[in-house]
Amino acid sequence: MTSYILRRLLVAVPTLLALIVLSFLLMEFAPGSPFATERGIPEAVMANLEREYGLDRPLWERMATYVWSVVTQFDFGPSFTFPDRSVNDIIAQGFPVTLTYGFWSFVVAVVVGVTLGAVAAIKHNSALDYAAVGVTVGAQVLPNFVMAPILVLIFTLWLGWLPGGGWRGGQVEYVILPVIALSTSYMASIARITRSSMLDVLNAGFVRTARAKGLPAHRVILRHALKPALLPVVSYLGPAFVGMITGSVVIDVFFSTGGIGQFFVNAALARDYSVILGITILFGALTIFFNLLVDVAYAWIDPKIRY
Amino acid sequence: MNRSTVLSMASATAMLAAGAVQAADVPDGVTLADSQTFSYRELDQFASIDPQLIEGVPGSHAARQLFEGLMNQDENGDLVPGVATGFEVNDDNTVYTFTLRDNARWSNGEPVTAGDFVYAWRRAADPATASSYAWFVELSGIVNAAEIIAGEMEPDALGVEAVDATTLRVTLTGPKPYFPLMTTHTTLFPTPQATIEEHGDNWLDPENIVSNGAYTLSEVRLNEFWLATKNPEYWDAENTVIEEVTSYVINDTSQALTRWEADEFDLLEPVPAGTFPRLQEEYPDAAHSTPRLCSYYYTLNQGEGGPEALKDARVRRALGLAIDREIITDRILQGGQTPAFSFTPDATSGFSAPEIEYAGWTQAERDEEAKRLWDEAGYTDVNLDLLYNTDESHRQIATVISQMWSQKLGVETTLENQEWSTYLETRRAGGFDVARAAWCGDYNEASTFLDLLTTGVPQNSGKFSNEEYDNLIASATTAENPQEAYTAAEQVLAQEMPIIPIYHYANSFLLDPTLKGFPMNNVENNWYVKDFYRVAED
Repeated sequence: MTSYILRRLLVAVPTLLALIVLSFLLMEFAPGSPFATERGIPEAVMANLEREYGLDRPLWERMATYVWSVVTQFDFGPSFTFPDRSVNDIIAQGFPVTLTYGFWSFVVAVVVGVTLGAVAAIKHNSALDYAAVGVTVGAQVLPNFVMAPILVLIFTLWLGWLPGGGWRGGQVEYVILPVIALSTSYMASIARITRSSMLDVLNAGFVRTARAKGLPAHRVILRHALKPALLPVVSYLGPAFVGMITGSVVIDVFFSTGGIGQFFVNAALARDYSVILGITILFGALTIFFNLLVDVAYAWIDPKIRY
Repeated sequence: MNRSTVLSMASATAMLAAGAVQAADVPDGVTLADSQTFSYRELDQFASIDPQLIEGVPGSHAARQLFEGLMNQDENGDLVPGVATGFEVNDDNTVYTFTLRDNARWSNGEPVTAGDFVYAWRRAADPATASSYAWFVELSGIVNAAEIIAGEMEPDALGVEAVDATTLRVTLTGPKPYFPLMTTHTTLFPTPQATIEEHGDNWLDPENIVSNGAYTLSEVRLNEFWLATKNPEYWDAENTVIEEVTSYVINDTSQALTRWEADEFDLLEPVPAGTFPRLQEEYPDAAHSTPRLCSYYYTLNQGEGGPEALKDARVRRALGLAIDREIITDRILQGGQTPAFSFTPDATSGFSAPEIEYAGWTQAERDEEAKRLWDEAGYTDVNLDLLYNTDESHRQIATVISQMWSQKLGVETTLENQEWSTYLETRRAGGFDVARAAWCGDYNEASTFLDLLTTGVPQNSGKFSNEEYDNLIASATTAENPQEAYTAAEQVLAQEMPIIPIYHYANSFLLDPTLKGFPMNNVENNWYVKDFYRVAED
C-alpha cells in the first residue's frame, strides 16, 4: 500500500509540470494583456510595466524562472492586477474561506444525502421513498446560481434572518447560505447513488442470509448493507469535494465570500497570469490528492481491492 | 487679461472657500442619527489603494477617503481647498505655487509637507514604480515627466519642488489652465516616504498604513469588504461627522440590489440595467439619476483595416444621423441617460454645448438627410462588422442600431461580441469596422474628450485625422478662452462624424434617504465621506 501511494505521488510531479507548461502556453496564446485598459497605456509606461513583471523576457525563460521559484521557494510570484499583493497572499486569504464552506458543504451533502438515500431504499416504494426522491430531484434541478439568489431573497430580504453576503471570518450566520447553496445538488446526487446502490445490496444474497439468521433489521443495514452500498458513493466523493472547491465560483460571486473562486474568474478575465497559474496548480494538486485519497479509501472499504 | 482668467477665477474661488464650506455642512436644526456610519457597494475589488498605483473606480473611491490631495471637489465638482489652502499662478500660466495648510497631519501625527507631494509625484513617474497611471503625470504637463517615464532622466528632474514645508511649486511644459483640477486625481495625492521605505509592498496593510485623509484603513478582505475609521489626526476631524466607512464588493448587480433592499448598505451605484423606473416608483426618496462625465459612442474605422465606405464622410454622417438615440435612452436604458450629439458631455465644466444642427431636427428629418447622403455616396452592398464587449446592454444597443441601419440605409451589420481584454486588443489593433467605445473624463474639462480624436493619439482607434480639428485642439492650449476652440472642434466632429456619439451617461443609484451631503451635482462622481452626515429617522 505504502509503495502504491509513493508511486502515485511520484507520478503527480510530471502531471503538475505538464499542467504548468500547458497553462503557460494557453495564456501566452490568449489575446489581451493584463495591463489593457479602455484608455490604452502609452508605450513607455507599458514598457516599464512589462519589464517590472518580466514580460519582456522570452517565454521559456519566464517559464523556467517560474517553475524554479515555485519548486524551491514555493513562491507563485506577484499578481498582475493587485500590484501590492503576491499570489501567495491571495491564496492565503481565499483558500481557507473556500475550504471552510467547501468542507461544511461536503459534510452536509454526505450526511443528508446518505441518510435520505438509505431511508428511501429501505422504505422502497413507500410515501417516504417518493418524498425523498422528490426532494432529490428538486435539489438536482436547482443549480447553485439559481439557489443562491432564491436563498438570499427568502432568508435575507423577506425573513431578515441571515446576511445576504460577506464572510466576516467565517461566522456561522455568514456560512449557512453558501453551504446550503453549494451542497444541495451534491446532496441530491449522493442520495440518488446511495439509494440505487443500497437497493442492489439489500437484494443481495449475503443480506438475505443475514436476515435469515435472524439479525435485527438495524444491524443488517448498519453492519452488513451500508458499507458495500457506499462504495459507489465514495468514488463520487473525491471529485465531488474537489468540485465543491473549484466549482465555488458562483458561491463566491453571489455571496462575496472573498473565496478563491472569485479570484480565479477575475484573474482569467483580467489576464492576471500569475494568479491564474497559481490557482490552477492548487486545483490540480487538490484533484490529484483527492483522487489518491479515494483510491485508498476504496481499499479500506472493500477488502477485495488490493494495490 | 490673458488666458489665466478662468484659472485665476478658480484660484480666487478656492481662496475664498478656504474658510467656508469644509467637511460636513450640517444645517442648523437637523437631528443627527446616533450611529454615524456610511456603507456602499463596489462592483469590483480595488486593485490597489496606493495613490500612485490606483487604476479604476473602486481604488479611487477608497483613496479619496484615506488620502487628501492639494485640492478637493465640492458637491458641484468645483475646486475647494484640500491640503493646500489655495494657489497662485505666474503670468504665462506655467508655474503654479500651492500654499499648504500648516495643520495638515498624517495619521501618525507627522505634518504633511510639500516634500510629501514631491516624493509622491516623482514616485508616480519613476519607471521603478511601474505605475500603469504614470501617464497621468505626463498628461498633467509637469516638466520632464515624459522623459522620466521613458527612463531618459532621473525622477528628481521632475518639475515639482518644495520651496519650503508649506510651499509647493509646479512647473509645466506649457499653459494648462485646468492643472489645479488635476490635483484632485488620486495619482497626485501625497504618500508617506518613511512608511513606504520601511514596509515596501506591505505599507498599505492596515497595521502599517499611514495616510492623511479623513479616515484610516482598519481592515481589508479582498473581494469581501474594507473598513475605515475616522482619523483623529485629520486637520478637519472636528467637522467630520461620519465615524466609519464600509465598502462591500458585490459583483452581481441583482444580488447587490437585493442586499440594498435588505438594508445592508446605504449606497448602490449603479442600479441594475433597466430597473431604474421601477426603483424610482418604489423608492422615490432613495432613487437618483445624475449626469456623468462620460460618453458612449461608436468609433468608425477610417484606417487601413477599415472598409472603403467609412473613409467617406457622407457615409459616416448618414450612419450617425440614422440612429434614433431616444429609443436607446428612453426604451432600453431608462436610467436618465441623455441622447448625445456632441462627444463632450453638456455637463462638462465650462463647456457650452455647440448648436449642432442635426440635434435640433426631428428623427424623420435626420433619416431623410441620412438617406440623401447615403444615396449620394453611392455605396452598395455594405456590410459592417460591429464590435462590442460582451454585455447585455451593449448587445441590445448594437441590435437596435443594426436594425436602424438596415431599415433606413440598407446597411447589413454583423454583430461581434468579445470579452473585455480581447475586445480591447482587437480595437487597439484596428480589427473592426465599427466599435463600441466609451470615455469618462479624467478631469472636468472638454480637452479630456476632444484630445482623443487628434491625429496619432493611441485612443483614436478609428484613425481619424483632420488638420482643422488638430489645429483647433492645439490652439485651445494657448487660447485665451479655449471654449471657442472646443465648440468649433465639436462642429468639425458633427460634420466629419469620425465617431458617432450615442448617449451621455447618467449615474442612476440608490442612496439611503437618511444619508445627507452626497454631491448630487459632481459629474465626476467624486465623493468625500467627510462631507456626509446621517440624520435621525423621523
